[in-house]
Amino acid sequence: MTGMSAPILTLDKVSKTFGNGPGAVRAARSISFSLHAGRALAVVGESGSGKTTCARIAMREYEPSEGRLLYKGKPVDAAGAREIADYRRSVQMIFQDPFASLNPAHTIAYHLKRPLMLHRADIRGAAVDEEIRALLRQVKLDPEIVAPKYPHELSGGQRQRVNIARALAAKPEVIVADEPTSMLDVSVRLGVLNLLSEMKRDMNLGLLYITHDIATARYVAEDIAVMYAGQIVEWGNTGKVIDNPAHPYTKLLLSAVPDPDIRFDDPNAQVSSAEADETRRRSAATQETVREVGPDHFVRAA
Amino acid sequence: MTAPLLSVKNLTIDYIGETDDFRAVDNVSFDVAPGEVFGLAGESGCGKSTIAFAISRLHKPPALIRKESAILLDGRNVLDLDQRDLADFRWREVAMVFQSAMNSLNPVLRIEQQFYDVLRTHKRITRAQARDRTAEMLKLVDISPDRMRDYPHQFSGGMRQRIVIAICLALDPRLIVMDEPTTALDVVVQREILQRINELRRKLGFAVLFITHDLGLMVQFCDRIGIMLGGKLVEQGTADAIYRTPEHDYTKKLWASFPSLHGGVLR
Repeated sequence: MTGMSAPILTLDKVSKTFGNGPGAVRAARSISFSLHAGRALAVVGESGSGKTTCARIAMREYEPSEGRLLYKGKPVDAAGAREIADYRRSVQMIFQDPFASLNPAHTIAYHLKRPLMLHRADIRGAAVDEEIRALLRQVKLDPEIVAPKYPHELSGGQRQRVNIARALAAKPEVIVADEPTSMLDVSVRLGVLNLLSEMKRDMNLGLLYITHDIATARYVAEDIAVMYAGQIVEWGNTGKVIDNPAHPYTKLLLSAVPDPDIRFDDPNAQVSSAEADETRRRSAATQETVREVGPDHFVRAA
Repeated sequence: MTAPLLSVKNLTIDYIGETDDFRAVDNVSFDVAPGEVFGLAGESGCGKSTIAFAISRLHKPPALIRKESAILLDGRNVLDLDQRDLADFRWREVAMVFQSAMNSLNPVLRIEQQFYDVLRTHKRITRAQARDRTAEMLKLVDISPDRMRDYPHQFSGGMRQRIVIAICLALDPRLIVMDEPTTALDVVVQREILQRINELRRKLGFAVLFITHDLGLMVQFCDRIGIMLGGKLVEQGTADAIYRTPEHDYTKKLWASFPSLHGGVLR
């Protein structure tokens, strides 16, 4: 990661524990990563691996149990009210469920007007309506048709575009997208991913892309972090990690990705349940040692 | 070719509305051979789940199967069965695994009891015999038989899904309909379960009607595949043909919408 600008958002050895005593769940263990302008980081893992916990820490929805969250180099827990307001504007989220994340009682125009009123003191009056139209055009929706509609009148893909427009309304620097396409139909997924990538590039946004689908991670993100049981087990350049995986869990994950070139009947392509269980057991243990596989590619020793 | 096990002929299903009917399945015909895995792929709303429900006659009003349709299992028309025959036909001939099947276990009954309920309904069987059969079925799906006294919440999602599959297999059905059986599970668990089902169908000889939106997965598992669009079966062929030489534009478009792990990247 040479020649890169200073990170906008950094998680520095962040841990999050739910509950206490022997039943405590360590959802995130010593997580460190940075988001840079114009770059996407994909956090990949199965359900329960802690990837959404990372997103929520970045959104300041959860306080880290340990470690620090840095915004433009400064710890956020020391921030004053004005800095917090700036953070709230600067870091926006796109949710998984396009059906639940819009208010059924309000029009699309209203959904976009709220963040403008809250975060954009520079535009008022007629300029607000013009901005709403511009935002909808940006996400490739026709403002004349979509703005007066209610969420139930739109398809899932259209709603997710509205969600993206709503996030963009605040003029963010970072977008956290938690499984933004997993509830959409396969044929519209790519359109939404393309749109996110375009926004990232054109508006120089930092994108945190949370997903369980490692193939889309390759498609969208320059950097990748593979999570298992609350730890990032392997991270670095997306192509390097996927083409040359070093951690047993990453290898297991990649071997199980649906691949039309491999038939289940092929004895050489079998994923052994016993080996998978052994990999899970080893990967769940705390792994302190970090090894550099190559430039921009790191792995924890399992 | 041997005689088909399942033969769906001119299946047309409408959802009856107050003013208009919605045609969910439009004149669909396909065959499934004994021991074959046949896949139905398509987007949500294309009618693939409606077909799955219709095969066991689990569809409910306002869904209406039009007169010219026939669903033949071994030559017998499922649509003509009376209630008694139908009850006998379900589970014994055709079993079903749904998308959230792992949540279809009764949370307050032990696994053993849930097997017993199914076996007892369809067979004269004693407790001890049922227990033996339960142990045998659990072993098939790699779950230790000594866990049959546990409750569903004591198992992981993947294990619960395997238990449901074991219950389905307990009566030796000849066809299992699987509607997105692994969509709620992560890819490693999905692979483990489908590999196991593949081994079992080779061993036990049942056929599978497999429904998913994931074309890559479908090609790995299925012998033949049908692609659905707007209630119509627009293309069917061997898995290899659907993958390598798709003919219909929609099939090609569907393939193009999956980013490949080692394929092109955006940026």
